[in-house]
Amino acid sequence: MNALLALIKRDMRLAVRVGGGTGIGLLFFLIIVVLTTFAIGPDPKLLARIGPAILWLGALLASLLTLDRLLTSDAEDGSLDLIMMADMPLEIAVAAKASAHWLTTGLPLVIATPFLGLLLNVNPSATLAVAFALLVGTPAFTFIGLIGAALTVSLRRGGLLLSVLVLPLAVPVLIFGMAASGTAIGEANFGTAFTILCALALMSLVVGPFAAAAALRAGLD
Amino acid sequence: MRLSGENLTCVRGGREVFAGLSFSLAGGEALLVTGRNGAGKSSLLRLMAGLVRLAEGKLTLDGGAAEASIAEQSHYLGHQDALKPALTVAENLAFWADYLGGGDVAPALDAVDLAALADLPAAYLSAGQRRRLSIARLVAVKRPIWLLDEPTSALDAASQSRLAALMRAHLAGGGIIIAATHGPIGLEGARELQMGPA
Repeated sequence: MNALLALIKRDMRLAVRVGGGTGIGLLFFLIIVVLTTFAIGPDPKLLARIGPAILWLGALLASLLTLDRLLTSDAEDGSLDLIMMADMPLEIAVAAKASAHWLTTGLPLVIATPFLGLLLNVNPSATLAVAFALLVGTPAFTFIGLIGAALTVSLRRGGLLLSVLVLPLAVPVLIFGMAASGTAIGEANFGTAFTILCALALMSLVVGPFAAAAALRAGLD
Repeated sequence: MRLSGENLTCVRGGREVFAGLSFSLAGGEALLVTGRNGAGKSSLLRLMAGLVRLAEGKLTLDGGAAEASIAEQSHYLGHQDALKPALTVAENLAFWADYLGGGDVAPALDAVDLAALADLPAAYLSAGQRRRLSIARLVAVKRPIWLLDEPTSALDAASQSRLAALMRAHLAGGGIIIAATHGPIGLEGARELQMGPA
């Protein structure tokens, strides 16, 4: 347990101290939302209608594009070798790293969502629904992206390839996340969509680390 | 304790690096692996650390912890230092001490003479100081097998003799050392394995 907490603490410390961590993800999210607002122009009704979609896309891209440093930086300086040699199972180690990534990148996105919802003229109850759904969806994105990060570990700038690789797995999360967010604006059942979103997130919490560990081991010589 | 390898064969990138290698080491013994560049010294160490797959042959450890693999009972000191530039010297060592099962940071830093730099971010260390910090990891966490890949590279004379003393202490405690090196590293009485074309 001590070892696990040490790993999470180290990764969170690095995310805060080194560029490319917390600030970048949030900034990227902000840029997407602001640019979309400008691109669509002064049409408050349209913005309110597609606001949740912009927020979800921004959160997805911000999560995935910051994941490439997660494992690559450890592979480059030899830390991954030692992590693979330690008696902490590799699956748990990568899960701990993904948790640290979510805490420093995903969670700030969720907290920023209500404020960015204001920018997009989304009504408060819809914004809250989006934030709740993102609270469940961003861990799913991180743990799914973990698989891509493990597959592209030896590439220096694997961020885009990583995202493309895991996109098929992230799409269901996006669809059900949107269904859970969109319903507050007046459609069917928030509960159903949200439950399925939770199920997808739980699955990714299990499948992600196992697939990522297998990918790392397969990448050994 | 006895670490033995039988008929070890290693294939990397489709090329056979070495084949038919056998050795046997008891606790308290050291093995120096020498050979020209590309002979497979680093591959042999990585193979023992579990970081390279064994194409053929068997690696066994008698007398170690029953449930643990060889890698879990070894320290690997490779060419890379496994240090994060943004963390301080003490934070780097404390992380590895915690992650690898517990150990004391302060005595280890004293053993490699880095105690004065404990709060310096690792980005500002020289190559020799980074090496010493990696060596501190071996001192902080007790493990029976040391796999060292050119441990004296980048070290000045004083640090080299400090390392030799640490290695002698490890052997005296019943540990095993396998070191790949180009020159003498201060371990008299160590056996030598010369790798090269048959």
